[in-house]
Amino acid sequence: MSTRGRTTRRVGPLAGMPEASPRLDVDALLDDPETRIIVCTGSGGVGKTTTSAALALRAAERGRKVVVLTIDPARRLAQSMGIETLDNTPRPVPEVSGSGTLDAMMLDMKRTFDEVVESQASPEKAAQILANPFYQVLSSSFAGTQEYMAMEKLGQLHKDAARTDRWDLIVVDTPPSRSALDFLDAPERLSSFLDGRFIRILLAPARGPARFMTAGLSVVTNALTKVLGAQILQDMQTFVAALDTMFGGFRARAQQTFALLQQPGTAFVVVAAPEADALREAAFFVERLAGEQMPLAGLVVNRASRLLHEGLSGEQALAAAERLESTGDDSTAVTSGLLRLHADRTRIVAREHHLRQRFAAAHPHVPTAVMPALSTDVHDLDGLREVGELIAG
Amino acid sequence: MASTSAKQTGWDDVVVHVVTGKGGTGKTTAAASLALALASRGKTVLLCEVEGRQGIAQLFDVPPLPYEETLVASGPDDGGDLYALAIDPESALLEYLAMYYRLGRAGKALDRFGVIDFATTIAPGVRDVLLTGKVYEAVYRNKRGKNDRVYDAVVLDAPPTGRIAQFLNVNSELAGLAKVGPIRTQADSIMTLLRSPKTAVHITTLLEDMPVQEAADAIDELHDIDLRVGAVMVNMARRKELDEEARELAISGDLPRAQIEKDLARVDIEATTELVDGLLAEAQEHAERRALEDEQRERIAALGVPSYELPRLADGVDLGGLYELAAHLCEQGMA
Repeated sequence: MSTRGRTTRRVGPLAGMPEASPRLDVDALLDDPETRIIVCTGSGGVGKTTTSAALALRAAERGRKVVVLTIDPARRLAQSMGIETLDNTPRPVPEVSGSGTLDAMMLDMKRTFDEVVESQASPEKAAQILANPFYQVLSSSFAGTQEYMAMEKLGQLHKDAARTDRWDLIVVDTPPSRSALDFLDAPERLSSFLDGRFIRILLAPARGPARFMTAGLSVVTNALTKVLGAQILQDMQTFVAALDTMFGGFRARAQQTFALLQQPGTAFVVVAAPEADALREAAFFVERLAGEQMPLAGLVVNRASRLLHEGLSGEQALAAAERLESTGDDSTAVTSGLLRLHADRTRIVAREHHLRQRFAAAHPHVPTAVMPALSTDVHDLDGLREVGELIAG
Repeated sequence: MASTSAKQTGWDDVVVHVVTGKGGTGKTTAAASLALALASRGKTVLLCEVEGRQGIAQLFDVPPLPYEETLVASGPDDGGDLYALAIDPESALLEYLAMYYRLGRAGKALDRFGVIDFATTIAPGVRDVLLTGKVYEAVYRNKRGKNDRVYDAVVLDAPPTGRIAQFLNVNSELAGLAKVGPIRTQADSIMTLLRSPKTAVHITTLLEDMPVQEAADAIDELHDIDLRVGAVMVNMARRKELDEEARELAISGDLPRAQIEKDLARVDIEATTELVDGLLAEAQEHAERRALEDEQRERIAALGVPSYELPRLADGVDLGGLYELAAHLCEQGMA
């Protein structure tokens, strides 16, 4: 699955002195009427959902008509947008100031898949597909369904936006997969499933001339029957035959959405935490976007540690703490604690700085916004506003 | 809070340690630390990953792992060896076919017809049966009387909490699809192992709202499908430099400034206003974060499963850091 990105070569300038990345101008991006879609992506646990919500709110309060598609928001985040439970329908977020509007929704993967089936097939055929055990498992647990359905929903929102004028900016969060690349690979995976040799073989008997019934194939069917049992093969065949008429529709839609992501009105914001894994993932994604000719707006590094004063190095602080402790005087405990905290912080800041610089050296043209770690959680609209302000700098 | 001994919690009987958690909470780090901790007790341990990330190789600073159990760390004397394995469904399927069905030629034919690809990436549930099936094979290997290596413990770096119930509940995933047949039988055997006292599912979390919420949800989900939840592994816990009283003073801005200035002077540091302000502001941020962490600790304590803490390492997790984390787990009695 996600191994694909790891075997690609590095892409970018091959020599460069470490220097600071250009700053990502978030407000210019949000204010530009040409920006129609913002996709926030990154590996799991880096704060994508919060970043999407904060960008959407900021855009709305700067006058845009925004809808934000979240994937799996924390309860507190949903609450912070004044909506107890988000669902598959965009609902207005109350108390957004300014002339803009903000609608929020949460992706319901199974519901979205069902709707696609219902819109593509005749009622009887749709009912038949929805009842197939193979479909039920596929629609709720096929690795990649969530990514694909996020794409599908984005396509729908885009159409609605064009038709109704209700929104002029769509902000999309991406599923919490291990690899950010999964989001881009999902439509391809679905297409290769639909175009796969095996699917065609399964369909072959239904299509009349048994030209695939070679000696090779009977070995295959025998082996499969041995391993899986005859019944599962039959179910698969029924399912594939039922879906057959919709194949073209599925593939065309996936390709359309993919093309939408290549248009200049789309902006990818890659989100990372200042950790080696997350930044490595971000680098893969940046390189992949370039390869797909998809527009990258920049990188947001969340939860960055920062020093609140510069005067004392980590080594000095640590040495001083040790000297204080060696006096055996308990009254100095608070001061040595402060010094140790500072020493620790200095090391963390230095490591994060190093990691960011490594990214910048390999990708010097990627505009970057660094968002300092908050000492409290986001639990209301004000909290989201603060995040937006910090990202915008 | 986190110092129940191995005897009391019964981890000694556990052979399969499954480690899950929200994305970004450090599952791989926690799994690797636990595997090292178990190995340090003289056990022969297998550490597996299933998501094709090569996270173990990166942590242990070794070349990418093949589909072959590879020695990555060795104890000082006899025993205490740690092997690692990256399980990919394609290799697992081919091995499975070869082992149980002696499908030499047909195995290759399957590949040619795109069946391997289909079965491992698309067919729901089949993939997970193959991945967990390899763990099952490693655990029961000795029973088949071969000369293969026998493991005292297998640690599985599993998919994240969002997918864990589905991943481990292999036979129900298949239930709607394969009601009979060999793969169903295989899934049933795996399920029996996963539900037995030999298996514990540990959940990693950070001391933050969302990861703790996901841990709580995962515990409920796992209980619902009769899987045994082992422990909560708290990752990246902040240093505990200031005591409670000092933290309260730091938050209210009442730390004794004069005393701090005096102490700094004592160790030849010029206590400028800026420096002291900075130290106090850092202390305040730290204390606020710690207060939030303690809130989360209380929530974790209420979950009714033991918890263990891995400290946040200022320099990040490298090989040395991993050994340090393993020592913390030993100290707290997880291994």
